[in-house]
Amino acid sequence: MAIEDDVLVIGGGIAGATAALSAADEGADVRLVTHKESTLRNASGLIDVLGYLPSDDADGASEGPLVDPFAAIPDLPETHPYRTVGVEAVREALSFFDGILGDAYHGAHTDDNALVPTQGGSVKPTARYPRSSAAGLASDPRDALLVGFETLPTFEGPLAAAHLEAAGVPFQARGVTLSFPGIVRDDAKVTRYAHLLDQDEAVSRDGTGAREALAAAVQPHLEGEERVGFPAVLGDEHPDEVRAALEAHLGVDVFEVPMGPPSLPGLRLEDRLYAALEAAGVEVRSGVPVVDYESDGDDGRIDRVVVDRNGAEIPHRADQYVLATGGLVGKGVESNRERVIEPIFDCHVPHATDRYDWFSEDAFGEHPFARFGVVPDGELRPRDGSGNVEFENLRAAGAVLGGYDYAAEKSGAGVSIATGYVAGRHAAARSTDARARVATNDEVTPQ
Amino acid sequence: MSDADRSIDDRGTDAGDKTELERAGDVETAGPGNDFDPVQVFPESEEMDLRPGADDCYKCSTCDTSCPVAEVDDEFPGPKFQGPEQWRLKRQEDHDIDETVMKCSNCMRCDGACPSDVPLSQMHNTARGEYVQKEMSKLSVEYWRNRTLANYRRLAPLAATFPRTSNFVMGLGPVRWLGEKLFGVTSEREFPEFATETFRAWWAKRGGTETSRRRAKAARAERGEEGSEKRIAYFHGCYANYNTPEVAKALVRVYEHFGYEVMVPEQRCSGTPMFANGMLEDARRAAETNVDELATAIEEGADVVASCSSCSMSLRQEYPELFDLEGVDDVAANTWDAVEYLQVHEDLTGELEETSVEGVAGMEDFAYHAPCHARNQGLAGQTREVLEPIDGVEVHDVGDSCSGISGTYGWKEEHYDTSMKIGEEMFEHMEAADAEAGLTECPTCSMQMGHGTGYEITHTLEVLEAALVGDGSDGGGARPDR
Repeated sequence: MAIEDDVLVIGGGIAGATAALSAADEGADVRLVTHKESTLRNASGLIDVLGYLPSDDADGASEGPLVDPFAAIPDLPETHPYRTVGVEAVREALSFFDGILGDAYHGAHTDDNALVPTQGGSVKPTARYPRSSAAGLASDPRDALLVGFETLPTFEGPLAAAHLEAAGVPFQARGVTLSFPGIVRDDAKVTRYAHLLDQDEAVSRDGTGAREALAAAVQPHLEGEERVGFPAVLGDEHPDEVRAALEAHLGVDVFEVPMGPPSLPGLRLEDRLYAALEAAGVEVRSGVPVVDYESDGDDGRIDRVVVDRNGAEIPHRADQYVLATGGLVGKGVESNRERVIEPIFDCHVPHATDRYDWFSEDAFGEHPFARFGVVPDGELRPRDGSGNVEFENLRAAGAVLGGYDYAAEKSGAGVSIATGYVAGRHAAARSTDARARVATNDEVTPQ
Repeated sequence: MSDADRSIDDRGTDAGDKTELERAGDVETAGPGNDFDPVQVFPESEEMDLRPGADDCYKCSTCDTSCPVAEVDDEFPGPKFQGPEQWRLKRQEDHDIDETVMKCSNCMRCDGACPSDVPLSQMHNTARGEYVQKEMSKLSVEYWRNRTLANYRRLAPLAATFPRTSNFVMGLGPVRWLGEKLFGVTSEREFPEFATETFRAWWAKRGGTETSRRRAKAARAERGEEGSEKRIAYFHGCYANYNTPEVAKALVRVYEHFGYEVMVPEQRCSGTPMFANGMLEDARRAAETNVDELATAIEEGADVVASCSSCSMSLRQEYPELFDLEGVDDVAANTWDAVEYLQVHEDLTGELEETSVEGVAGMEDFAYHAPCHARNQGLAGQTREVLEPIDGVEVHDVGDSCSGISGTYGWKEEHYDTSMKIGEEMFEHMEAADAEAGLTECPTCSMQMGHGTGYEITHTLEVLEAALVGDGSDGGGARPDR
């Protein structure tokens, strides 16, 4: 016996979760299997749509930061996933995703990008940002104090402040470096900072809680600034409470600066997505890989995939499948010395024969590998080398798709959301059709 | 792969020509046409070579974010250090294993986190084994305390012989105080009660495999499955045998209901507490017996099932990772979680569709915690899905936090606070859930759940038994009050 569902989504990042939610929203029975924890830990937690247009001129300079990402989509190359699904689908998908985010994110009131300062003091154009970063926008004229911690070298307050000022922000930024109350070790994990504040653990002999102690450490450094920025470690379970407590103690607005990996805003986004999956009745199984598939002969459909559970091979059957295994980082696209592969279904991934042509000599140049991925048809079904659909009931979403460089364009979350949404909608529609067909065939005597 | 031999796309290259690097600097590279010869850097070693695993780590720190100990204790350097970094360091002659490896609770969540398949828990287990072997004094209280905890199975028969006396003595305040002062076992916890009759004693009294064969055959006839053979070998582990035989009995009755003949092979502890305490020699001895017995049962046509998620984890993952025993891979590939096996091999949902546990003693709405070791087997979420069709029971998943006890870990006086700090999130979620009782598949998780909330804790198999079989119809009696 196999485990059976209408739609099986492989991959548990933004694309997989969006595909599962979008299919479940259409009434399909959905299961999501994911091998490992998602790469959302490596993500800023910001929801980008499009920050820069890829360059088409020889000097490699991209155009941006873009004010209106939607207006720029028609200028993207035809092979870009946004062009495949179309700008209307991107809007619709984002609005669907806004429903999942609820009030935890801001930015839905406008088409324009927001400008959010990041850990290095650069400013990132993004479509949606967590509520915890709302007071930190670079377009806000209020002066800001940036607080870094001695034991957290990934955020240098003074350096970030100097960078922001050099970027020409309309306010004065100043940075300080303090020691974090309750943490002495240089290699304490970001989750430790968050946990201290979440639980408001006592950090001194007199029983002072971590929140109050942190505010007290910052207080003497305020010189009239109306907002204070911290690296994004202000709680994991209860970030709103932590921020509110700091604001009450300090009497000014508090915001988080998005950080590199491992990133708490990314983890919080993951928690939110997984809570939504549970609420939508999607069955989620993590920690086990899909290792193989069986197709039913000549009609080009996947009949079942095989999930490996510590050596036991469990068949999973579905009417429709969504491949959302990620790109080079998420290991949905892999390479060896000879070729670049999509490891589960061996879908076609175009690339140069000589692996020394997979990258550019310039570290920040136009790297071909950044665009490696499967090539979809209009319904997001991966196509083989001759342009034919690989499997009639397999669609791809997110970074496993080729033809875009999310790091350069700042389009990672947006492409995952748009393609996940579209793949999920198509999968649900097809599986509903299939169910209807079965139902009519089963009717022996019409009522 | 099914049809993996496709030609490689060769658009836009000057195939067979020089690479860009060669054109640029006149260097020989290992592009197409130039054979690549890997160089053997290290001499062949007799020991387990974990270098490929260490090399696969690209320091993304995902494992560090999933580590429950690092979240509450900055003195613990985290799995990335304990695994790949420690492995590299200890290749230097003058470098000993860092003592912090003993702070790792062996929850194995880092395995489920790593995107590069670095065998983190395997590295932790081998490092811990080496630390105990080389660094820990064999005369220390800590060593003997750990060894005793890890080998609870050795003491249990004695206690089980005089269960009431044992329960009384172990429950005495002075005994618990002495246990902490002299032996480093926390006095905060109450020792689990020993059952008045072990599962194996009950099983023998009931007529063992003979009886099970008869009952299974009758059930198959009733189900219209005559002529088929269905057989499982039950790995009950220690806890279901000595402490919660009602769980083991539930498994037997549920499986017989589906027409399975149950075998209960000779067995020893799965080794889980021994790995966690670095007692790899003890674990190996236990594994030899288990693999031998279970491989024989598999040859006789049985699949192995376990009711404890750490036992199935151990047989499936740790055995083949740590012990090179005859039949070990066979046992791993044919071992299942008891509920998972039924979900895959039977129409469990269909059978439960019309069932109800309304009014059955001990059956109510549950706050369910998925043990880390179940999560790592891809089983988180399974319990809620399986129990969904049963009337009269709602299952509320309390999320992905670790319970914090991790077997013997939370019993140690020096880890008790850490254990409770880790458990805090789970306690909060249990209190917030719309239920007044707990549900889980792991014995020590259930101790922690009860300890932190005061709830009664049930095992999923007991719910299945109540739904499918009703209360024991073979003289097993109803659930004792716990």
